[in-house]
Amino acid sequence: MRSARLLMAGALLLGTAAACGGDGDSLGPPEPDDGTITVYSGRGESLVQPVIDQFEEDTGTTVNVRYGDTAQMAAQLQEEGDRSPADVFYAQDAGALGAVAKAGLFAILPSDVLDQVPAAFQARSGEWVGVTGRSRVLVYHPDRVAEDELPSSVFELTEPQWRGRVGVAPTNGSFQAFVTGMRVQHGDDTTRDWLAGIAANDPQIRDNNIQIVTDVNDGRLEAGLVNHYYLYERAKEDGVPVESLAARNYYFPGGDIGAMVNVSGIGVLTPSAEDPDARAFVEYLLSESGQSYFAEETSEYPTAGGITVTAGLPELAELTTPDIDLNDLDSLEETVVMITESGLA
Amino acid sequence: MAIAQLPLVYLAVRAAEVGGQRLLDTLLTDRVAQLAARSLALAAVVTSGCVVLGVGSAFLVTRTDLPARRLFGVLAALPLAVPSYVAAYAWLAAVDMVDPAFVFEGFWASALVLTLCSYPYVYLPVAATLVGADPAAEEVSRSLGRGGWRTFTGVTLRQVRPAMAAGGLLVALYVLSDFGAVAILRTDTFTRAIFTYFGLGLSRPALVLALVLVAMTGLLLAGETATRRRGARYARLGGGAGRPAARLRLGTARGPAVAGLVAVSALALGVPAASLLRWSGAGVSRPGSLSEIATAAGNSLWVSLLGAGLTIALALPIGLLVARLPGPLSTVLDRLAYLPHALPGVVIGLSLVFFGINVVYPFYQTEWLLALGYAVLFLPLAVGAVAAAAAQAPPGLEQVARSLGRRPAAVFRTVTLPLTAPGIGAGAALAFLTCMKELPATLLLRPTGMETLATRLWSHTSVVAYAAAAPYAALLVLIAAVPTWLLVSRSGVLSKGDGSRWPA
Repeated sequence: MRSARLLMAGALLLGTAAACGGDGDSLGPPEPDDGTITVYSGRGESLVQPVIDQFEEDTGTTVNVRYGDTAQMAAQLQEEGDRSPADVFYAQDAGALGAVAKAGLFAILPSDVLDQVPAAFQARSGEWVGVTGRSRVLVYHPDRVAEDELPSSVFELTEPQWRGRVGVAPTNGSFQAFVTGMRVQHGDDTTRDWLAGIAANDPQIRDNNIQIVTDVNDGRLEAGLVNHYYLYERAKEDGVPVESLAARNYYFPGGDIGAMVNVSGIGVLTPSAEDPDARAFVEYLLSESGQSYFAEETSEYPTAGGITVTAGLPELAELTTPDIDLNDLDSLEETVVMITESGLA
Repeated sequence: MAIAQLPLVYLAVRAAEVGGQRLLDTLLTDRVAQLAARSLALAAVVTSGCVVLGVGSAFLVTRTDLPARRLFGVLAALPLAVPSYVAAYAWLAAVDMVDPAFVFEGFWASALVLTLCSYPYVYLPVAATLVGADPAAEEVSRSLGRGGWRTFTGVTLRQVRPAMAAGGLLVALYVLSDFGAVAILRTDTFTRAIFTYFGLGLSRPALVLALVLVAMTGLLLAGETATRRRGARYARLGGGAGRPAARLRLGTARGPAVAGLVAVSALALGVPAASLLRWSGAGVSRPGSLSEIATAAGNSLWVSLLGAGLTIALALPIGLLVARLPGPLSTVLDRLAYLPHALPGVVIGLSLVFFGINVVYPFYQTEWLLALGYAVLFLPLAVGAVAAAAAQAPPGLEQVARSLGRRPAAVFRTVTLPLTAPGIGAGAALAFLTCMKELPATLLLRPTGMETLATRLWSHTSVVAYAAAAPYAALLVLIAAVPTWLLVSRSGVLSKGDGSRWPA
């Protein structure tokens, strides 16, 4: 009995000693103007590290980057609250930014930063700003889907001729943002009907966009609803020009919601609102160097005007994008309920 | 012990915020019931498969005259070194190589991959028990006229029942918590629903769902406790010398037995290896520099070492208590250690973020909090190993030392520790290799800028850069194979003892 108690005490001491032995250097909310910033990035390292390295070189600021999954980082930020070590949060999609903004964690960006980007690509409250745009497309295999078969609207995909031919990733953030966009533009009832129609039309469910693109390219799927740049990501990994891939992107015409443009974006956390280094980072991403990097390397659409897009990509101005406000995208919760009720996810 | 309950406290706090009505609305839906049922079904199928494979391999390796026993003994445990997400990707790639039109996904695909990854959890303790068990009971059974098969089912299986149950419980809880494999193979399980909610920024409802996992764990624990027979004794009866059990002569069954074991190893190890090789060749992306890989490997080793150390330190008092003072208190403590085990890594990670931010802020985003996260995640593995080791070390020796005048601390140091050290070492090895493979909690808790093999692997696969990911996956498996080999050699499976031979 005594030995057991002693053992417990011993282990407790051991544990405490181990815990106290840590270097315990102050983590704390970041200091402004100390030449370093901490970035939480939901975008992948291989995509984003090069532009961060460029920023470090150009300005001499040290950047500590934490990479992770956008959604889990948003949850982590909400847990961390004001004591977060992060200065900025660079998210893969507007929904995550909205969730963090809703928790009251973002500072309002200065107007000269916000003015660089069209109103549609930033938070109405000014709490985050879009850095790059991505268009929803229908990726398809030209051998399986003829040119004249291509639908003029995403609503046609519930019709019988598309049965079993379309891939969707209902658990993926970009699909959910797209459905929210549909709700904003067409209303809840139309959206519910569309979801039910897709669910009843033998949809080919995949976990994420790149799976859909890969499957379409390899002939396992005929078409799928994805973001435009995944085709370019596939081409890059295979080491071939995008034209030599079998799959093709199709942009829904005429302002159809199927061509919705979503953004990846960045926000500054409230404790770092005055930090000039954090602001410099945001401005860098929106500057010519930052934006042309994204246009060239990731084939996304720059949000700050005046940059030429990758060859082969339709100009943003050419795409008649639907007239929705991305700030309304954070009513995701109800979208989720709708998607799950339809049986898709 | 309180530390291990952190996730439950966190879940309770967050669930309370959600409010009663909302809670019920989230929980009491058809879909939740459907997913829970599917998760439990998957757990049941995988556990059965693991029990069959684990007990079968253990018996063939320890109790028959199988050729190349030592090789098979190690091979059978090696799948433990392969993370489930690597295996799932590898299987997808392999099936694609063989038949691009076939879509490898769904319930049975997940069941296959998870079984092949987790059967060593049953194999290792069963093999160790078979090696250490007293053959007297079997000899008696045979001398009383029971044939080989009836002896096996009536005596041998009963002797390994605790090991089977412990291993099976770990497998079942692991299947409930797994997300990597089921996501890649598109199986709709309960954890997938949790992740979907996280993906939508709905972290509170996700945590409410996680409570259901805790409830399921409670159910499984109750079931496992119920299978324990009261007063069953597994120790040696009476005096006599310990000796290795007789080995069954396989005769004509030798060929099929070898073929079977080779097939299992080929599926569990060969498929991932082949896929990794193919990835390295097929893609254009390249991993970072050698120094980047080395740093990641070094970081993996360092945090896994810390994690294993802390896990064992926390498990020691519980395991010793369970072995030395069996009773309601120690049973409760032992079961409590298991409760968070079915929670996905992201929930454990978030609970430690909560703990770190609110309680131990100086340690937030340091390796120490990460090690604590590992300890919470893997406590059951270590507690089991420590309790088993302590159970095998006779308390009589400690009592003799006390009666000869040594103080309890000295007894602990000079008698208990040396006797239980090999078992504790095995527990540490198991914890170490599981820490190496862990991903979601690592992503959440690691110091900013620190990358391990698992996080680098994830960052490459998430942008489909499989060729860049391959070296990290390979290195992860190779390093994890070392403690796996240690586990096998410790369990005595590789011992040379032959004993007498039974006719087939």
